[in-house]
Amino acid sequence: MNRDNAAIQSLSFAIVGSGGAGVMTAGQMLLDAAARAGLCGLMSRSSGPQIRGGEAAALLRLASTQVESHGDRFDVLLAVDWQNAHRFASEIPIDARSFVVGDPAEGAVPEAFSAAGARIVPVPLKAIAKKVPGGRPNMVALGALGALAGIGAETLARAIEATLQKGGEALKSSLAAMQAGMAAVAEAGVSLPRLAAGQAAGRWTITGNEATGLGAVRGGVRFVAAYPITPATEILEWLSSALPRVGGTLVQAEDELASINMAIGASYGGVPSLTATSGPGLSLMTEALGLAVAAEIPLVVVDVMRGGPSTGIPTKSEQADLNIALYGLHGDAPHVVVAPNSIADCLPATQWAVHLAETLQVPALVLPDQSMGQSRIVLERPASLPLAGARLVAEPETANYRRYALTPSGISPMARPGTRGTAYTADGLEHSERGIPSSQAGDHLAQLDKRARKLDHADYSRYWAEIEGEGDVAVVTWGSCTAPVREALARARAEGVKARLVSLRLLAPAQPERLAAALAGVRRILVVEQTHSGQFHRYLRAAFDLPCETRVFHRAGPLPMRPGEIHSKIVKELAA
Amino acid sequence: MNIATAPQPFSANDYKSDYKPVWCPGCGDYSVLLAFTKAMAQLQRPPEEIAVISGIGCSSRIPAYTNCYGFHGVHGRALPVGTGLKVARPELTVIVAGGDGDGFSIGGNHFLHACRRNIDITYIVMDNRVYGMTKGQPSPTTEPDWDSALAPGGTGLRPFHPLVIALASGANFVARGFSGDPNGCADLIVQAVRHPGFSFVEILSPCVTFRPDQREWGKMVHAAPVNPTDDAARAARRIMTDDGFNTGVLYAGNRAPFRPQTAPAAGLDAIEAEFAL
Repeated sequence: MNRDNAAIQSLSFAIVGSGGAGVMTAGQMLLDAAARAGLCGLMSRSSGPQIRGGEAAALLRLASTQVESHGDRFDVLLAVDWQNAHRFASEIPIDARSFVVGDPAEGAVPEAFSAAGARIVPVPLKAIAKKVPGGRPNMVALGALGALAGIGAETLARAIEATLQKGGEALKSSLAAMQAGMAAVAEAGVSLPRLAAGQAAGRWTITGNEATGLGAVRGGVRFVAAYPITPATEILEWLSSALPRVGGTLVQAEDELASINMAIGASYGGVPSLTATSGPGLSLMTEALGLAVAAEIPLVVVDVMRGGPSTGIPTKSEQADLNIALYGLHGDAPHVVVAPNSIADCLPATQWAVHLAETLQVPALVLPDQSMGQSRIVLERPASLPLAGARLVAEPETANYRRYALTPSGISPMARPGTRGTAYTADGLEHSERGIPSSQAGDHLAQLDKRARKLDHADYSRYWAEIEGEGDVAVVTWGSCTAPVREALARARAEGVKARLVSLRLLAPAQPERLAAALAGVRRILVVEQTHSGQFHRYLRAAFDLPCETRVFHRAGPLPMRPGEIHSKIVKELAA
Repeated sequence: MNIATAPQPFSANDYKSDYKPVWCPGCGDYSVLLAFTKAMAQLQRPPEEIAVISGIGCSSRIPAYTNCYGFHGVHGRALPVGTGLKVARPELTVIVAGGDGDGFSIGGNHFLHACRRNIDITYIVMDNRVYGMTKGQPSPTTEPDWDSALAPGGTGLRPFHPLVIALASGANFVARGFSGDPNGCADLIVQAVRHPGFSFVEILSPCVTFRPDQREWGKMVHAAPVNPTDDAARAARRIMTDDGFNTGVLYAGNRAPFRPQTAPAAGLDAIEAEFAL
């Protein structure tokens, strides 16, 4: 049990093994069973670069209330085998209070883990599995972990049944192996504190990438162009089956240049459109993002950030695409950048991005990251939001129709192809109000002003940031750092520190007045972000007025930000 | 009602805008614009139900010179824009137009995949074997010995063969025209639009400014001596062995056009229910 933590009572489990050992299946079933038992939880995945056969780790945190990030340590590390498991040592911190469950037949616990002084619990997973016809060690592991988590055999059985819906021998042997695993733990005489359970009814399990897809569909997206890339592919795969059921379409493109331009073409045709990618793909898309700015095409581009630059670390997380999202476009190209601040927030943040793109006729970037996209959480059914941004459409036969008319709001009616009397040519060349290419200084300035005005006049008040707590110090952060910051602040508050949390959901256009208001009376802030160079801090310095002393905690990925390391920075930098 | 004398609501002029093209005097693209308006008048599609999509280059300026809906995007990406539009709005007639540099160099990958995807759109390439807007650099279809400041003495490279590439990639309709024959080009465009799937029309369209030698093209073009075939291998052999000035419909295939995935309609609630425990 994470006793250091005043806010969250939780138990953390890591399951490791070589590829094909079934650790992800076991992890998923454990999370599912925990959810059915009325617990909340989080499961993230870590793996080597291999497609098949590499090492894999399922990282779970079970809790009484919704959790969005991992804690500082793991209560249990279970190894189906130890092959290459040492590569996860930095991702799976254990200590003297942890249990290491391993199969003695697979050899001794590697030094990388045994050095922590954890209690070793030998469980002969393979031998136990062998006694069950068709039994597999990962199902024995599931039983062992279920027993440690205090989940009953019936609940574990329901989780297994939900996955192995075909039933038959595979189901029978899995159930028997699971029960044998439970018995082995009872025999070993180890136990963990019990987590208080709530009501499972009405809860969901969803990954960040699925939540992003659902946010898009809720927001009205009906066309998606797709080019696969880790760790964004699951968004596209989910949308591929969901969209046709709501009358939408997904097309697989030949590359990211095509996918964004397809989305632009569909949106020009009047259909809210999206594409999703990761850093390398976003680099390829930046020219077309500028086109969407200039031609005023509503568009949503999701960038599930991974370690960069270049191919970087495709399977692991970092927040370092902030710069390209903010500044990657050439010319003066105002656009929207939205970042979900939790796995659950991938849904409303994406829906809001669709709303802003449609109402403002601009491209909106959404910046989740791998740690959000590829993690699964248990949560209450997400509420519906009153965000159905409709674009301003030109009436048929509008006299003297000017697509890029200089309106007070900057937003001008966008004709839908097929409408009589409003034909126009959308153009990435600078243009007149009618859309005719123009290199005249007057037209350029008028259209630059118009495009900036749209974003300046928009109402971001409700969703621009999450602001929590009171005090004369504050942590300013964004994205996936928010959950560990929130947890660190809860600990600090329990120790008497009075501090605020400001997590920016709207990164662009910058809202300096709103941030200044949120920080009124604050004497010092700590900026927290997961980049090597401090991109977010530099952006705050450049585009916001920071009315107080500023300290920074930034570090590179891919290791997740831990509440403990943030807590010690809060103590050092803010509590003094 | 006498069908023969029924009034035709749209004339070629109804498809032409009043904007003056940026093209040089004598540019072949004027005739392609004329051929386009004649073709649309033959099809009698209301102008607002037609979308003309382009990238960057001299010929890519064509959308604004029509009275149809237009999209003038970035260099090389006209086909993806047209693809997205057609999939999202299948009831529209989508014409993608541009030049040889835009379509075969920077946009080459999209050309392959548009042919392969076989969406029901028409792609018109005004091929003048030169980058005109940047004032005379060799394009993928330029002859290897054509001298220019960027490639003194010529590129030494074998020209790209768009018609054969189109066939090999799966285009369903392949034709070649010459801008000096706007009526012939109009006829090719009409057939291309009517033919299901991806239709590719290469129009030899001289650049009199940077390729004055192309003024001779009028003497070199000739109608294809044979009827169109639906046999891609035979069409490829003809095209590979002709002199490059053979005009007409060279291939008309029977491949079914792209159809997006469909599924029985379900409410959002039904989809969301799948996330419930």
